[in-house]
Amino acid sequence: MRMGDFKQTYAADEAVFRSGTVRFWLVVLFLAIAAFPFMVGPYLLYMANLTGVAIIAAVGLNILTGAAGQISLGHAAFVGIGAYTSAILTTKLGLPFLLCLPLSGLSAAFFGVIVGAPSMRMKGLYLCIATLAAQVIFDFIFVHWTSVTGGIRGINVPSAELFGYKLDTEFKLYFVTIPIMIAAVTAARNLFRTRVGRAFIAIRDRDISAELMGINLFQYKLYAFAASSFYAGVAGCLQVYLLRIVTPEHFPLHESIRYLAMIIVGGLGSVLGSIFGAIFMTMVPEALQSGLALFQGLDDKLMSYLFPLQTVVFGLLIVVFLVFEPHGLAEMWRRVKNYFRLWPFEH
Amino acid sequence: MAAQPILSVEGISLSFGGLTVLSEMSFQVNPGEIFAIIGPNGAGKTSILNCIGGFYRPSAGRILFQGEDITRMSPDRRAARGLARTFQNIALFRGMTVLDNIKLGAHAHLKTGLASALMYWGPAHREEMALRDRVETQVIDFLEIEPIRKQAVGSLAYGLQKRVELARALAMEPKVLLMDEPVAGMNAEETEDMARFVLDIKEERDVTIVLIEHDMNVIMDISDRVMVVNFGQKIAEGTPEEVQHHPEVIKAYLGEKKG
Repeated sequence: MRMGDFKQTYAADEAVFRSGTVRFWLVVLFLAIAAFPFMVGPYLLYMANLTGVAIIAAVGLNILTGAAGQISLGHAAFVGIGAYTSAILTTKLGLPFLLCLPLSGLSAAFFGVIVGAPSMRMKGLYLCIATLAAQVIFDFIFVHWTSVTGGIRGINVPSAELFGYKLDTEFKLYFVTIPIMIAAVTAARNLFRTRVGRAFIAIRDRDISAELMGINLFQYKLYAFAASSFYAGVAGCLQVYLLRIVTPEHFPLHESIRYLAMIIVGGLGSVLGSIFGAIFMTMVPEALQSGLALFQGLDDKLMSYLFPLQTVVFGLLIVVFLVFEPHGLAEMWRRVKNYFRLWPFEH
Repeated sequence: MAAQPILSVEGISLSFGGLTVLSEMSFQVNPGEIFAIIGPNGAGKTSILNCIGGFYRPSAGRILFQGEDITRMSPDRRAARGLARTFQNIALFRGMTVLDNIKLGAHAHLKTGLASALMYWGPAHREEMALRDRVETQVIDFLEIEPIRKQAVGSLAYGLQKRVELARALAMEPKVLLMDEPVAGMNAEETEDMARFVLDIKEERDVTIVLIEHDMNVIMDISDRVMVVNFGQKIAEGTPEEVQHHPEVIKAYLGEKKG
């Protein structure tokens, strides 16, 4: 049980992990994350890596859409730009992984700023359509600029190399992807402790009074686009090395919508929510599929009905979640935590 | 008149389509005074503040702030020069706590950029801690809102929300504070508190205050000079006593005597 926690310095009061109990569980979590790859097989590790990539991308989208309130339907395109950048830099220029990673982020951020430029004049749904245009245009470029992107066959990429180690197994990739994910999440959480993060939320909540408070709206909207697509670019780079191939099929419009679903299910504007949402959207379809595998061999006809049903169940789960907890999984988590704060003496 | 006016409005006009909201409005605000603007509903009072704050661009005339022409300047740059504003209908950021709302007011005084915000440790951390210290001692303590600093603004009572809005404006360290109906909708006790804070801000912090208000008791008690507007035009200006007995003012508020 946690008793009233009193702080003596402002630094202690503003810490993200505010009490010994919280810090204890954080250490437990980190130990569990470190021990995980030694206990499971390559398939689960592959899923964990994909989830890590999804978390990075979702955190990025949540900075732009959840916090700064600029709805984007083009997030997958930015992940794609990051992916293609690293694939091209690796195969054509032979750049090492450590250099490709930031360069993928930067090139995605560069295009993010260009796509974000209409936000000077447009808001809400109108801006949303502008980002949709970006999604379609980049998708078109991925497919048709064959000499650079390899067209629909894409680009095959060799394993990444880090300090002489070949990252050729899921096990090794795990120890690259997950630390980068943790660093990305930490940075996002830090962002919201400073004036930049506050300015984003102010723009979302009430842009006119934000401007009267001295915030340059256009500058900060572009910051949000840049930060968000930088995250997407990094996620794209990691995804290339996980899949060892990049094709346009990895970044369609419905992938953008999947990222939006992640942050809505997880909790808009919440870094923790992006993590929950990314895990939910990546793992639940897998769980449904393995649940389905239990019925395998019972009856082929039954299976042919059950198989499409998993999509229906997944959609239903999302709807049910949103009806009962419109603020997302992060809010649910907060309520559970509050319950245990005084447990077992609730009253 | 002693010093140079801190804020000088020179012949501004404003119209929306065919509707004239302000016509050739001029006035000057001296440093360190409480300057009240009163007038019937729809007289154009809030439009004056919106022109000064930069939300509206007047079609003619100019506005000087500390001798500098700010007529064409964007609102955020005016704010950085020391113009703060509170709103008639509370315009707090509802997704943030009281503390974050107040900290946001200090935005223009901070330097943290995107990259150092993501890193946090180092300069950004030091700046945030210095900010917290300043906000606590100079704003939260001053306005007596310590108990609510971690609450979400949406859950607060109306009077407290108005106080938080004032706190946010104070965190901007303004030279001129524009207040749109600071005591509207408040009970007697809240009104008294707010009037006391406004006086304290003027006296202890050397902030010039331009105030719109309908509560005549407050106006007469705290303002140094009063300007009366009606139909977008200035009809009187002077000390509270002078204005009270001005025939045009009586006409605007009570109508003309018959016969």
